[in-house]
Amino acid sequence: MSESNIVLKRTPLHGEHVRLGGKLIGFGGWDMPVQYSGIIDEHHAVRKALGVFDISHMGQFFVEGAGAAAWLNRMLTNNVERLAIGQGQYTLMLNERGGVIDDLLIYRICDDDWLLVVNASMIDEDFAWMQSHLPADVTLVNRSDDFAGLAVQGPKAAAWFDAYVGGKCEAPARNHIVRLDIGGGQTFIARTGYTGEDGFELFCPAASAVQVWNDVLASGAEFGIKPCGLGARDTLRLEMCYPLNGNDLSPERTPIEAGLGFFVDLQKGDFTGRAVLAAQKEHGIERRLVAFKMKGTTPPPRSHYAVYRDGAQIGETCSGGLSPTLAAGIGMAYLPVADATPGTPIEIDIRGRRFTAIVEKKPLRKMKA
Amino acid sequence: MNVPEDLRFAESHEWLRADGTVGITDHAQHELTDVVFVDLPEVGKQVAAGQVACVVESVKAASDIYAPVAGTVIAVNEAVRSNPALVNTAPYTEGWLFKLEPKDAAARETLKSPADYRAQIGSL
Repeated sequence: MSESNIVLKRTPLHGEHVRLGGKLIGFGGWDMPVQYSGIIDEHHAVRKALGVFDISHMGQFFVEGAGAAAWLNRMLTNNVERLAIGQGQYTLMLNERGGVIDDLLIYRICDDDWLLVVNASMIDEDFAWMQSHLPADVTLVNRSDDFAGLAVQGPKAAAWFDAYVGGKCEAPARNHIVRLDIGGGQTFIARTGYTGEDGFELFCPAASAVQVWNDVLASGAEFGIKPCGLGARDTLRLEMCYPLNGNDLSPERTPIEAGLGFFVDLQKGDFTGRAVLAAQKEHGIERRLVAFKMKGTTPPPRSHYAVYRDGAQIGETCSGGLSPTLAAGIGMAYLPVADATPGTPIEIDIRGRRFTAIVEKKPLRKMKA
Repeated sequence: MNVPEDLRFAESHEWLRADGTVGITDHAQHELTDVVFVDLPEVGKQVAAGQVACVVESVKAASDIYAPVAGTVIAVNEAVRSNPALVNTAPYTEGWLFKLEPKDAAARETLKSPADYRAQIGSL
């Protein structure tokens, strides 16, 4: 319940959040809803039916030009050459030490025309970094303020999409993106999300955000749609062990250590940070990002709690919280590889008391409660 | 927001009943959101006014709960251990946290009246 004097930025949907009774908090410089009906209620709505999130704070960069693909492959870990037009992939942008600057989604809009969706708190830093490496035959534009974003997530998402577009087009396949003229302007709709459920992310002109938001709520009503805040977004992603940049990813940790090797293509040619990652692949790593679940009833773990094994501190948590699905505390921590095997018992220090947790396979949500 | 007339209030959003029972206000539970764990004090613990007496954890964060007056913890609400949501659903009744034997019975008068607390949270 702290108040701050920092002027928070508002998304085009700010008025809607206030109107719907959303509880607003500062997040990454933005005044965002943490919840409407309640984090647990919203979490279950997304797991069982449908929820909609305001993700307008996220950034949109457009990259164009004959040299775009080659340049993006030097800036990012995954291989953009594998993308067909209309297809996207999860990827990471690294520093020279192989540490993570940001994780993002990249979509191939046309041959040489790319859309990057980056984390809200990293928009300025990402843009400055990319600009400082920009070749003459590529243009980079930050259009984050031009776009609003909505994430519609849940097992009813496919049925909702058909109702929303009224048969105008087929839903894009997983990790694909379409451009639709809907709700007063060109809107990008991608089949992706941050919840582990089926779903879509819509990026529409900021001026039509309120109309799109209300159309989504109206068309989602028959599927039990609920507006959801950042609180549920965090519990949903944590159950899936999706990393949150700033918590689970940092300039000091590589994607290999974070368990994101699947999104790193060491065969495609050189890219920033590649040498460090290749060496880690060859010689191994010291620490790995593991998921854990608390045993029994405990306070929920939070970030920066000390982790022990056999009486010795072996690390600290980087994310933690309560899993509404498992009804138990869960979290993630970078632990020595020797302690990173699923089944390993560890202890989490919560206010001076140690509680037992077990290292588990990712994602945690697949576990039986 | 519900602010009962028979209670006194700390600025940090705890309430105190005449019998020494302590809990958090309706406003506080609303701000905290879904309470998922309550770390209750030990019976017999001595606390100073304004000292952390227990911790209430919501999905989002851990929040310290302060003793509104100095005293000794003489009872805790075991029901909120197994059902922490009582703090949200019944903050003034089944969701109470602990009971104090105040060191000084008059200390209660230093706390806010319902009207003053209502003014603090901007609720009429």
